[in-house]
Amino acid sequence: MNNISSMIAKRMGLGFATIIVISVLIFLGVEALPGDLAEAILGQQATPETVEAFRKELKLDLPPHVRYFSWLGDFLRGDFGNSLANGRPIAGLIGWRLSNTLFLAASTAVVAVPLAILLGMLAALYRDTWFDRLVSVSTLSAVSLPEFFVAYVLIAVLSVRLGLFPSISSISDEMSLGEKIHGIMLPCLTLTLVSLAHIMRMTRATIINVLNSPFIEMARLKGIRQSRIIIRHAFPNALSPIINVVVLNLAYLVVGVVVVEVVFVYPGLGQLLVDSVSKRDIPVVQASGLIFACTYVFLNLLADVLAIIANPRLRSET
Amino acid sequence: MKHLLTIRNLEIEARADEQWKPIVRNITLTLDRGEVLGLIGESGAGKSTIGLAAMGYTRTGCRIAGGSVLFNGTELTTASKEERRKLRGAHIAYMAQSAAAAFNPAHRLIHQFAEAPVQHGLSDFPRARDKAVALYERLFLPEPGKIGYRYPHEVSGGQLQRAMVAMSMACDPDIIIFDEPTTALDVTTQIEVLTAIREVTRQGNAGAIYITHDLAVVAQLADRIMVLRYGELIEEGNARELLADPKQEYTRELLSSRIIGKPQTQSEDKCYTVLEAENISAGYTKDVTVLDNISFQIERGKTVAVVGESGSGKTTVARVLTGLLPPSDGKIIFNGKEISPALKHRDRESLRRLQMIYQMPDVALNPRHKVRKILGRPLSFYFGTDAKARERRILELLEMIELGPEYMGRYPSELSGGEKQRICIARALAARPDVIICDEVTSALDQLVARGILKLLRELQKELGVSYLFITHDLATVKAVADEIIVMLQGKIVERGPKEDILETPGHEYTELLLSSVPETDPDWLDRLLKGRGAKIHKMHEIS
Repeated sequence: MNNISSMIAKRMGLGFATIIVISVLIFLGVEALPGDLAEAILGQQATPETVEAFRKELKLDLPPHVRYFSWLGDFLRGDFGNSLANGRPIAGLIGWRLSNTLFLAASTAVVAVPLAILLGMLAALYRDTWFDRLVSVSTLSAVSLPEFFVAYVLIAVLSVRLGLFPSISSISDEMSLGEKIHGIMLPCLTLTLVSLAHIMRMTRATIINVLNSPFIEMARLKGIRQSRIIIRHAFPNALSPIINVVVLNLAYLVVGVVVVEVVFVYPGLGQLLVDSVSKRDIPVVQASGLIFACTYVFLNLLADVLAIIANPRLRSET
Repeated sequence: MKHLLTIRNLEIEARADEQWKPIVRNITLTLDRGEVLGLIGESGAGKSTIGLAAMGYTRTGCRIAGGSVLFNGTELTTASKEERRKLRGAHIAYMAQSAAAAFNPAHRLIHQFAEAPVQHGLSDFPRARDKAVALYERLFLPEPGKIGYRYPHEVSGGQLQRAMVAMSMACDPDIIIFDEPTTALDVTTQIEVLTAIREVTRQGNAGAIYITHDLAVVAQLADRIMVLRYGELIEEGNARELLADPKQEYTRELLSSRIIGKPQTQSEDKCYTVLEAENISAGYTKDVTVLDNISFQIERGKTVAVVGESGSGKTTVARVLTGLLPPSDGKIIFNGKEISPALKHRDRESLRRLQMIYQMPDVALNPRHKVRKILGRPLSFYFGTDAKARERRILELLEMIELGPEYMGRYPSELSGGEKQRICIARALAARPDVIICDEVTSALDQLVARGILKLLRELQKELGVSYLFITHDLATVKAVADEIIVMLQGKIVERGPKEDILETPGHEYTELLLSSVPETDPDWLDRLLKGRGAKIHKMHEIS
């Protein structure tokens, strides 16, 4: 177990270094925005005095590397600064939005991941039958259509026609868990359809690949049933690539669901980021960007660790 | 009389390029309880295919095109998938050639043992586990109570093969098919597995089919032998009779390929040391020493054979000499001059004069290069030969390896195993080296093909005066090619000297063990050996 702890520590160190690099890139990205920042933000109200005062407040009079380190230092201490749009501390704002996004991601994952893996295993089991083809075609279609299209179709059918679920998923803290879940049903469904194909196809391909291994033939020669061969023999050896693709999709569910959040007016972090960009609310943009990066790094670390634990050979080596 | 297994006029076809081609033709055999039937032949003879067909199983791309397989009253060629599935593992068991590939790396050995009996409803896990421990003990596995709880990668090759023997017996099947079970093992481990197989088949009431290419091995176990070639039966009969008096030409060839010896070379050259290793110690990681103070010399035009089993360090010697693994201690002296231990620091001339041929010609040749390019590369790299001169030289090289000019435009995939190895030899010769390191160059080839390669290497040595460092675990090869023998055990040289001296009067205990472990075609050899060794058998387990 000691070896795994040291491996995790090493990976965390690398992850941290990655986040630092990304923070530099975000900062540089914002720096590279054309025009004077203060003027752009103030827009109509850009008189020389207000611009000057604003620049002082944004600390734009300080050289870039000083600003960078002070921003980074604050960030690490949890002080994300204040939003330019409404002057409120960003931490609270992001905190609530982030928890919403995570809630939606988790609910989707709980449904989508087991379903996709199950479909993948079944497709591998019944390879080249009508079932396999049906699953492939439908999941690929779902993933080929733009998310907002899928979202609007679902709204049209399930919300407008059948009246089952609300078309606007504005949840709040006062709702019960059940009400919340009812509220996010449609975005959840949309995101499930969107992420099914990737995980299912990877599962199917990996299991088919493993099924060519000699130990699978040995299991057949022992007279083991095909279903057990797939579940107990093939699947454990297919875990590593499947874990990777699942985690990538989880990361997407946190970071890439802006469109869905906007369509359903869901108070998530993606929507906040988009709004902030259009409002030039730079501190919020920087903070959200960095949080997204941390999410990716953390999930990748999780994938690495799980992949190693799942493989007995690596487990005893590391 | 009803036999346990009757195969009649079996025809099996394989799909190649949209066509079905026959790979097994008109095979008829019977097997009874308590009987061991040996199936012998070279690769491609169809032995495994027939063995698997006895279970009603064909690999992907093959099908049973005709004939009948009757097991205990059930016709397997027409039985349903479910019927056949129920028979496999429970009544007919299979033991694969490579235990390392046949065990699932994700599960412990004991669970894989118990799977078949539990899934077929013959037993529950606790009883299956107890049975496993009993079998492991009979097979002389260390710590029989605990070894089952290890993963496949945590036990050695010999132990894994024995675990596989145990697993095939888990359900007390009526027939066990042993597919080349000892081919991948060292000679000393082979003895243990052979003994184990013989004991368990004699005691139990099962019939066994033993598939191998090694006549000596099958001689120890089989009651009857069938000789196969290209999917057809060449000869069959009682084991002792067949070995004493083979009727067919092919059988005689197989038997005789074991008796070759190198004639004593009368060299006119003075003894000139081409390559010398002085006090070499090396390891792959800091704390584990793989080579411990190795010293030896290779003279011009002579062959030094390095013999040892897996883990002895013989391949590491090759890596050190070629510079792939810089030694932690010691010197390499080539043609009187010390050369750099690391490959990247050596000059082109040193690189040119020391060449290497590998064990597996399939992976040593770039599959996307034609023979012309493969042989042309060393010519242009070391000599800068222009295109016309290269053509000529390649033709010369092809002639040296006894292949015609039509081979120039071929890809490795279009060549047989033996032909590929010849190309590897030509590639080494293209550089006009002083020393060629041959790393197990015949281990992956069939007996008759290997004989041809060894003959070729001997002739080339006589003609060109090139020296060989021959790394091998097969003593028959050593007898055929060596002038001097070095015996290695766990990284040290335990004995060194001229071939005749070592073979006739081995000095070290391990050399004696090694020499006596090579199977002979006398059916009583194993019995005599075991009687002679007696208690020493348990000592052997500590080594493997």
